[in-house]
Amino acid sequence: MNIDLIHIIYLFGSVTFILGLKMLSNPKTARNGNLLAAAGMTAAIVGTIFLKENEVSPIIYYLIFGAILVGTVVGWLTAKRVQMTKMPELVSLFNGMGGACAGLIGLIEFPKVAAHHPEKLGIVLAGMIIGSVSFSGSMIAWAKLNGTLRNAIRLPKYNIVNTLVLIGLLAYAVYIVVAGAYDPMHLYLLFTLAIVYGVLFVIPIGGADMPVVISLLNSFTGLAAAFGGFLYDNQVMLTGGILVGSAGTLLTLVMCKAMNRPLYSVVFGAFGETAASAGGGESQGSVREVSSSDLAVQMNYSSKVLIVPGYGLAVAQAQHVVKELETLLEERGVEVAYAIHPVAGRMPGHMNVLLAESNVDYDKLKEMEDVNPEFAQTDVVLVVGANDVVNPAAKTDPTSPIFGMPILEVENAKSVVVNKRSMNAGYAGIQNELFFRDKTSMLFGDAKKVLGELVNELKNLD
Amino acid sequence: MEDLIAYFTNNKEIIFIVILMVFVGVEVIGNVPAVLHTPLMSGANAIHGVVIIGAILVMLDSSPDNYLALSLGTLAVFLGTLNVVGGFVVTDRMLDMFKKKK
Repeated sequence: MNIDLIHIIYLFGSVTFILGLKMLSNPKTARNGNLLAAAGMTAAIVGTIFLKENEVSPIIYYLIFGAILVGTVVGWLTAKRVQMTKMPELVSLFNGMGGACAGLIGLIEFPKVAAHHPEKLGIVLAGMIIGSVSFSGSMIAWAKLNGTLRNAIRLPKYNIVNTLVLIGLLAYAVYIVVAGAYDPMHLYLLFTLAIVYGVLFVIPIGGADMPVVISLLNSFTGLAAAFGGFLYDNQVMLTGGILVGSAGTLLTLVMCKAMNRPLYSVVFGAFGETAASAGGGESQGSVREVSSSDLAVQMNYSSKVLIVPGYGLAVAQAQHVVKELETLLEERGVEVAYAIHPVAGRMPGHMNVLLAESNVDYDKLKEMEDVNPEFAQTDVVLVVGANDVVNPAAKTDPTSPIFGMPILEVENAKSVVVNKRSMNAGYAGIQNELFFRDKTSMLFGDAKKVLGELVNELKNLD
Repeated sequence: MEDLIAYFTNNKEIIFIVILMVFVGVEVIGNVPAVLHTPLMSGANAIHGVVIIGAILVMLDSSPDNYLALSLGTLAVFLGTLNVVGGFVVTDRMLDMFKKKK
């Protein structure tokens, strides 16, 4: 009875995953889609636990329930408490946990499978390797996004080294299966090698490309889950895993397309050690500072102002004061709009979410392709806490790590004002020549604070 | 060659599921607007937390005196739960932000 029932539950789970993903790709149904998939997942987990109710010792149940209880509390609180600006790194962190789960399953199953079902050994190792790579890769992506690891670290000839490590990893796995090397030592060595590869895989990739990397690692974990489904002949793991694997891969490609950057150039990045040549911290001339009162006057007599929001706006929580600035300028007959780069902030859609929160009109959020021709007719571009997405080096300097990324062409505007906290390099860890140009002036300080001053100066102009 | 055909025959249901699911996955998220990339990634992230079922199966299959397997298994269940619960809750919070737009 129980054995039969579980298949119906698994079928239900699989269907909720498919429908959930489908609903997640439409803004109207997205939230319900997420809840539906969560319901299917809960049913599948509960069903699995009670599948073998008569044969298992109670201590194992206590351990399972304990782990689920603690995991639920920790996961729930972490997800609820984290700030919106920290969402991308949290997704990466949770993805790593799933990968680690798959890796551990491989570690435990290897000796059992080797003894009883050697023909399934390849599946166990594949799941373990992919899960472990996804785990360590996600941890590096997480550290990069939260700022623990600032810059892309590129070993000499890292592409060749990485490829060799990958080939070695795969060859070793094949050796274990073919030669029947069932000693646990081999298993642990392979596990370590997979962890190392995950680190090497992500560490040379720049911060601006992290959302794509996380999406890619996401589909890796899906694949690892699918191998688990293959191993246990478990349909819900198989369907869920493959579904995420294929949807995740497509999503990765779609995101690459939005950035107009092919996947291989994200993964392999700039060849050679060119990151430093773009000038890590060295100065490239002098910058011009502008005071908020001068800027208020300048904006007051403009006919068109474009605001370019970036991660700095999110960090400073300046979305409400930006909206206030917009309202004041519009009252004075200035046309105001927002230029949104596809990867502004740390995740696609980040800026849309934040500005929507402060009731900015949806029509005022212009996408990159639409807004780029408008810069030439713009009097003032106000860049709030964005850096790499307005760096002209992406178009002009083939040695730059961000070369090839489409940017907002703010340099075409009559004048550019950049709000930043300091002259520190942007996320990709490179200097921005835009700041040193004649028509660029800098407005230093926390976005919320200086824009508040700007708003007050505008009010005083009456 | 014969081995390959035998392998296919032995696993034909699974191979069918895999291939069909690849197409379903691609079909299901076609034409997704850029704004939804992150929530979709996050939702998919929660769904691959289904790997926790593997961890539970490992636990149910372990003998109560195999301490290494039990401790690794418990850790795996814990990590899998983090993935599932955290993934769905974070996605819900992100989508909550979109709702306010109206």
